[in-house]
Amino acid sequence: MEAQAARWTPTRRRWRHALESRRVLAPLLIAPAVVFMVLVVGVPLVWAIYLSFTDAVGGSLSGHWVGFDNFTNAWHDDNFRRALRNTLIFTLASQAIVVVGAAILSNFLVRDFRGKWIIRFLVVLPWAAPVVLSTIIWLWLLDSLYSVVNWTLAELHLDHALVWLLGAVHLEEGAQVPLQWLGRPNLALIAITVVHAWRILPFAVVIFIAGRSSIPTEVEDASRIDGATGFKKLWYVDLPLQLPIALVAVLFGIVFTAVDFAVVYILTHGGPFNSTQVLPTWAYAVGIDSGSLGEGAAISLFLFPLLVLVTVGMLFFARRAQVS
Amino acid sequence: MTRRQTIVTYLVVVPFAIFLAFPFFFALITMFKTNLDLANVEHVPYTYNDLAGNLHWDFWNYATFEHVRFLFEETNYPTWLLNTVIVGGAVVVITLLLAMPAGYALARLAGGWGQGAGVGIFLVYLVPPTLLFLPLSRLVSQLGLKDSLWALILVYPSFTVPFATWLLMGFFKTIPQELEEAALMDGASRLKALRLIVLPVSLPGILTVVIFAFSLCVNEFIYAFTFISSSEQRTISAGIPNDLIRGDVFFWQSLMAATLIPAIPLALLYNAFLDRFIKGFTGGAFR
Repeated sequence: MEAQAARWTPTRRRWRHALESRRVLAPLLIAPAVVFMVLVVGVPLVWAIYLSFTDAVGGSLSGHWVGFDNFTNAWHDDNFRRALRNTLIFTLASQAIVVVGAAILSNFLVRDFRGKWIIRFLVVLPWAAPVVLSTIIWLWLLDSLYSVVNWTLAELHLDHALVWLLGAVHLEEGAQVPLQWLGRPNLALIAITVVHAWRILPFAVVIFIAGRSSIPTEVEDASRIDGATGFKKLWYVDLPLQLPIALVAVLFGIVFTAVDFAVVYILTHGGPFNSTQVLPTWAYAVGIDSGSLGEGAAISLFLFPLLVLVTVGMLFFARRAQVS
Repeated sequence: MTRRQTIVTYLVVVPFAIFLAFPFFFALITMFKTNLDLANVEHVPYTYNDLAGNLHWDFWNYATFEHVRFLFEETNYPTWLLNTVIVGGAVVVITLLLAMPAGYALARLAGGWGQGAGVGIFLVYLVPPTLLFLPLSRLVSQLGLKDSLWALILVYPSFTVPFATWLLMGFFKTIPQELEEAALMDGASRLKALRLIVLPVSLPGILTVVIFAFSLCVNEFIYAFTFISSSEQRTISAGIPNDLIRGDVFFWQSLMAATLIPAIPLALLYNAFLDRFIKGFTGGAFR
């Protein structure tokens, strides 16, 4: 008994001692997460990259090596170009709306006013609802026949004015009352952009509020003493201090919008005539619906390096902006 | 605030709130509409009309509960809700088990390469699901998990773990290191200090991660849509569009009810944890 205890103690102590060392403990704690991600993301990712170089079709997950054919085929396809363009439009346009909206709204939401709680609840709603489901509500709001948006515009006698305006700025010529929001290519682009902006805005507002509340009160006082008010204060004091956190909000907005599949899939299925396809839905249409797995994987692969570049770039700038 | 400032605040905040909440407000009206009232372009969409399209002050007498009843009694909606909670709950547990040690190690023990590794783990989140789900669906059927909730429980941590690790790394960094050092000085082991000191202090952060991971699961569409084909095994995000939209026939009122029912409790939860979420979010990006 005692001999056994004596034999055990040194090993146990060595084991415990090892656990105290950062060199051992850190990798040990990180390992489960890394192993899991290698299995569930790494292996499928490598497999998908392999598939993108083959002519795999249908349910089989292997095929003949075809080199870069899938990539060049995709690149020379008009639908792919349009999907890439749309992904960029939706992402950039909706983020532009989001940034302006969030900058304004967060500025007022940090104030104290009666009913702030209920306003905050209403503002957060679009972010809390599952995307697929809230997009179905939008499908109903923009229905070709029963659209409440069109009904309201008509009651306010704004419908003809809007049609004229859309024609005047060359966004959608030849549109008619009632507007077919999801049935005309450019109107559908506008509608999808608005839905994306609508669902990301609450998230950006929350992050912007964080940026605002992280500005120390000393800065407020100092800028008041120095006589910085109104626009000057906004431009020289508030905005630079909020820049790093605003960049993070935009980064997430870009990622959420660019990889989104549900909004386009539910609203238009990529139509009319593939005019609203984005890279995720086009990859799905080619890879699954038409069964060209290899080309579908190649299309999906275009997005990933773009996102990595954007992310690394923005995190880098965010950190630099914060130091200065 | 002066009176003028207060008025300006309301003039800005209220229109935004209306824009953001309008779809839900309209869904609330629509879910109680009768079919004949809904399918008549002449009728005022904002209230309940009689068959001739006339409005009445007792508008609620022209509404119906039928479509909410339909949703609960004649579709698998209750099962989908339950499935969503099961999948979300299981994924949250797996996520915490994997992400908490990793987040802590990256924040405290890893030193210089911790930040880089944190960004690296976050990049995993950027891999598009449209790319992964083909190989993953093969993996799922090889494991015999096709058409089972286990498929989702296995796959969902692929996007919750990177996100949660990143957030938790931020939370752990905001906890003063002195707290742990004091415990270590008193002779506690690192793991003991982690359990007794760090975990209780970071509980708000952990709760935030729980809510966020859960909502990512509720939101997920592609995997839920493709890995599972029988209605009883679906989650709400896949079940509702599949069963309540049949070709050209939309069960609009039931769809609206199905959306509002999970959205409201989730929004309340979000509201309650918003400030803590903000803290973790900014902590993960900087510091």
